[in-house]
Amino acid sequence: MSRTWKPDVVVIGAGPAGLGAALAAREAGLREVVLVERDFELGGILPQCIHDGFGSIVFEQVLTGPEYAQRFIERVERSGIEVLLDTMVLELRPDRRVVAVNSRDGVLEMEPGAVVLAMGCRERTRHQVLIPGFRPAGVICAGAAQREINIEGLMPGHRVVILGSGDIGLIMARRFTLEGAEVEGVYEIMDYPGGLTRNLVQCLHDFQIPLHLSHTVTFIHGRKRVEAVTVARVDGNRKPVPGTERLVECDTLVLSVGLIPENELSKKAGVALHPVTGGPVVDELMETSVEGIFACGNVVSVFDLVDYVTFTAQVAGRGAAEFVGGRRRHRGEVPVKPGRNVRFVVPQRLRCLDREVELYFRVERPEKSVQVRVLVDGKPVSSKKARMVRPPEMVRASIPAEALSGQVREVVVEVVPDEKEA
Amino acid sequence: MRRKHEFICINCPLSCTVELFEEDGEVLEVRGNECAVGEKYAVTEFRDPRRRVTTTVRVRGGVLPVVPVATASPVPKRLVREVVRVLASVELEAPVEMGQVVMPDVLGTGVDVIATRPLPSARKGRG
Ligand SMILES: Cc1cc2nc3c(=O)[nH]c(=O)nc-3n(C[C@H](O)[C@H](O)[C@H](O)COP(=O)(O)OP(=O)(O)OC[C@H]3O[C@@H](n4cnc5c(N)ncnc54)[C@H](O)[C@@H]3O)c2cc1C
Repeated sequence: MSRTWKPDVVVIGAGPAGLGAALAAREAGLREVVLVERDFELGGILPQCIHDGFGSIVFEQVLTGPEYAQRFIERVERSGIEVLLDTMVLELRPDRRVVAVNSRDGVLEMEPGAVVLAMGCRERTRHQVLIPGFRPAGVICAGAAQREINIEGLMPGHRVVILGSGDIGLIMARRFTLEGAEVEGVYEIMDYPGGLTRNLVQCLHDFQIPLHLSHTVTFIHGRKRVEAVTVARVDGNRKPVPGTERLVECDTLVLSVGLIPENELSKKAGVALHPVTGGPVVDELMETSVEGIFACGNVVSVFDLVDYVTFTAQVAGRGAAEFVGGRRRHRGEVPVKPGRNVRFVVPQRLRCLDREVELYFRVERPEKSVQVRVLVDGKPVSSKKARMVRPPEMVRASIPAEALSGQVREVVVEVVPDEKEA
Repeated sequence: MRRKHEFICINCPLSCTVELFEEDGEVLEVRGNECAVGEKYAVTEFRDPRRRVTTTVRVRGGVLPVVPVATASPVPKRLVREVVRVLASVELEAPVEMGQVVMPDVLGTGVDVIATRPLPSARKGRG
């Protein structure tokens, strides 16, 4: 089939980001909203996240991943959004032309009024963390293992070592254990755990699975199948300390060493990516550097809470509707900069400057008794106290609309010691 | 005999290590917590720790071979493994409805195990 279709907006990816953006665009009045997903069903990563811990902010209720997804899927099914499943977007051009393919329609070309990028992220692999050894079967990323167990009903291994203490690794330590495998331990190169305390307690402590901080895997043994790994302690520069090596027998090494925003399509469209987040540079409408191309969710930055993904999706969907309706106006360009103990902030710049803006950021290092402050041209415009901030947990702050009404040069987000308490 | 138990509070990033002292099951003292939430957490974790159990069960004739399930509410922590074990022998027939009771009153806890997503039959689904 060959037709050029001109919908109002094309949303690429149907995880919580894509579902939320499509719904918001539709609710903001766009008639033809197309949601494109390469998988056979909606939901993105959520159908495989069968544990609970989703939605405490959006729904004020703790749901499992599938339950969270289902609430949006049901709304999408009733909304008149055009859903294309089993459909992969192959190319996005700077003029927003979208080329997709599926086995029903063949190649589909679309020229939408706006595009929303919602492709999520992919897992960092062994290749990207450089562990020497052979290339045996039995080395698997945590999310892939999660998919095998929870979606395919398969068991990837029986004696498991987990490298990395991010939330997915912790969740999988529990999942493997409940399915009857033995998890020998979780090894973390940093001197603090990568995941939430909730997961440390409920996934490791509840099952007496040891967590080895300042440790890494230095060698993978086995030619056909993993037979063992060598683990070692690391020094302050994350280099293995000679003499601390230990051989651990196992048939599976699970890698939970981070996620990378999935931006192959964005790059080809000329979308500027941020060096720290790995995702598109966005403004307060989640619009990227390319006019009419918006982005939300994990493709922008790895959000640990699905609730925040949903919030950015709503902003992007409404932004796309404003753009298509010709109502989106830029009044200037103001950078949002990371200040003291802040690694990055999303969005990275403001251009509309006519509304309240939610900012999401991560700290560089754990810190106790702090104030989170937003400064507009040096003047604090919002501040809140936090008893503790930690790199694994994203922090939210906001700028009131009034603070942006005059001539503004820059916004800075900083974390400072809370003097009153100290 | 006076005994000490340690709990890490999961309610905020501070992650206080809370010490609870008890004698014959009676809580004598709680310390190390920075706020009241931490005390309440430690006492609950000592007296009646509960977890919501999530796992999968086999499905015949569905678009996928397994469906995720969960206890409708938290069950005593000591039963978590046992709940997963009894569910391992369950096999459902597709289609499965969201919220469908997979096992009522699991292990006599009064809590039902329910499906946490709908799972259509293979014919209607993947096509
Ligand atoms: C293992 C794990 C555990 C988690 N646990 C929690 C938790 O307990 N609590 C919590 O709040 N959050 C949790 N999260 C985080 C949360 O699930 C994610 O932040 C959220 O799912 C990200 O949503 P997304 O829509 O951006 O991406 P995804 O859910 O990854 O969706 C992206 C979608 O885009 C599709 N796609 C990509 N490229 C294309 C293309 N070219 N064409 C068509 N489709 C495409 C993909 O197939 C996918 O469906 C967890 C995440 C993981 C991975």
